[in-house]
Amino acid sequence: MTAPLLAIENLTRDYTLRAKGATRHLRAVDGVSLAVEPGSIFAVVGESGCGKSTLARIVMALDRPTGGTVRLGGDDLFALSPKALARKRRDFQMVFQDPYGSLNPRHSVGRIVAEPLHLLDDAPRGRDRQSLVARALEDVGLPAQAAERYPHEFSGGQRQRIAIARALITNPKLVVADEAVSALDLSIQAQILRLILSLRDRHGLTVLFITHNIGVVDEVADRVGVMQAGRLVETGTVREVLDHPREDYTRTLLAAEPTLAVLGRRRRRA
Amino acid sequence: MLAIRNLSIAFPGPAGPARVVDDVSVAVGRGESLGIVGESGSGKSMLSLATIGLLPGSARTSGEILLDGKDILRLRERELCSLRGRRIGMIFQEPMTALNPAMTAGQQIAEGIRLHRTVGRSEARAEALRLLDRVRIPDPARRIDSYPHEMSGGQRQRVGIAIALALKPDLLIADEPTTALDVTVQKEILDILDELVADLGLSLILISHDLGVIARSTDRTLVMCRGRAVEEGPTETVLRHPSAQYTRDLIAALPRRARAGLGDEARHAAGGAR
Repeated sequence: MTAPLLAIENLTRDYTLRAKGATRHLRAVDGVSLAVEPGSIFAVVGESGCGKSTLARIVMALDRPTGGTVRLGGDDLFALSPKALARKRRDFQMVFQDPYGSLNPRHSVGRIVAEPLHLLDDAPRGRDRQSLVARALEDVGLPAQAAERYPHEFSGGQRQRIAIARALITNPKLVVADEAVSALDLSIQAQILRLILSLRDRHGLTVLFITHNIGVVDEVADRVGVMQAGRLVETGTVREVLDHPREDYTRTLLAAEPTLAVLGRRRRRA
Repeated sequence: MLAIRNLSIAFPGPAGPARVVDDVSVAVGRGESLGIVGESGSGKSMLSLATIGLLPGSARTSGEILLDGKDILRLRERELCSLRGRRIGMIFQEPMTALNPAMTAGQQIAEGIRLHRTVGRSEARAEALRLLDRVRIPDPARRIDSYPHEMSGGQRQRVGIAIALALKPDLLIADEPTTALDVTVQKEILDILDELVADLGLSLILISHDLGVIARSTDRTLVMCRGRAVEEGPTETVLRHPSAQYTRDLIAALPRRARAGLGDEARHAAGGAR
C-alpha cells in the first residue's frame, strides 16, 4: 500500500447548541479515521445529519476539529501556521452541490475559474493566465470561449463543469466533492461522473466524494465509508461494502435504494 | 376517472409562445397509479398543475382535462376551489415550504376539513388525529400539536399527505414527493402511498425524475421529454421493453445498481421462456 495522500485520524467535531436557554452538545463527527490513496476516489455515503458535510468542511480546513488530525501529504493541516495553511490550500479544492449558488452570477466564467489562482505565489498573469483558464475549460469539456460568458448562460451540468475547472486550476492533489452531482438530471449526472473518472485517470486526481446516493458510489468510487450519526460504521472497497455489507445499517441503506428490480405496485403485493 | 386529451400548454415568450406541454393525452383509472417521469423541463410538473387548475395566469391551454366528464380547463375559479382538495389532493416536493410554519400539524389538517364540511372543532381534530395515525406518524397524539419546524422532513411529508387525504379525494397528485428525503424515509413514504392506493382505492399520479421510484410504485408510466409524451404503457412494459429511444437513454443513464435488477430479471425471464 502506498502512503495515503489524505489521512484522517480519530476526527471529532462537537457543536454546542443553545436553544430556549438550554445548552446541548452535539457530536457531529465522532472518532472518524480513514485513509485515501493518491489517484483513488473515496466515497463517504450517509443520510442527512450523519456528519458527512461537516467532515468535508474540516478536510477543506473551513472548520476546525474538536479532536483528531487531518494529514494531507504528511502535513497536519491544523498544526500549520495560518500562512502555511493558506499556501497549502492550492493542494486541496472543493466542488459544491449547487451549480447555481456556487458561481458568482456577476463574474465572467473566466474570472470564476481563475479565482483560486490568488493562492499561488507564482500565479501566471495576462496572456498566460488566459491560456491556463482556456486549458482548464477544455479539460472539463467546455469551449475556451466560455471564459467570456456568464454563469446564467449555462445549464446545470455545464455550470458543474465550470465548478470543476475552478477546482482544478491550481492543479490540486485532492478534490473534495460534496454532493457534486445530486442536483443534476440523471443523464447529466452520468456525464459528470464520467468526467470525474476521466480526470482521475488523466491527472491522477484524488477525490473525497461525499454523497447520499449509493448508486453513484458504485459508479465512481474505489473505496467507501458508510457514515451514520457521526461515525464511520463500515469501510472497505466498493465491492466489499456494497456486495457483502457487514453492518445492518449498510444493509438498510442498500435495501431502501429504489431500483428497477421491483416493477409495478401489484407485482410486489402479489 | 381522469382523462387528459391533446393537452398543450404554452407561455408567451419574447420569441412567441413557448410550448411547455405539447399535445399530451393520458388517462388514469380508479384505483390506478400513473407515474410521470422526465428530466427537468420535460413539462411533467406543468401537466400536474394544470390538472388541479393551478397554472399561472399567463398560461395558454388547449385540449381538455376531463374529471368524470367535466373539463377542468373550462371551470371557473369557484368551481375549481370546491374540486381541489375534495376531488383531487396534492402533495408537493418540499414539505417545509408547502406547510404553514405558523400553524400546528393538527390545525393545518383540520383547516381543510372545516372549510369544506360542517363539522365542529373537536370532531375535525379527532379526524386529524386519525389521519396522522394513517400516515404512520410516531406518537400522533403529541405530534398533532407540533409545528413544522419541530419535525423531520419525513414527518413533514407525512403531514402533507394527511392534509391531502383530509377531504377524502379520489385522486392524489404527488409531485416529486420524496426527492428531498433520505432513501430510508423515501421508502416509508412510498410504502404509505402504495397502501393508500391499495386500501382506499385512490387514484395516484406520481411525478418523479427517478425511474426507480416510478418502477416500484406505479401501474402505468408516461415518459415525457420537452413537453411531449414519448411513451406510455404498463410500467413493466415501458421499462422492460421500451419502444422509444429516449426511454432507453433514461434507463441507460441510471446507475448500474439501479439498472441491475432489470437486467437480471430480464435475463431470467428470457432463460425461463426457452
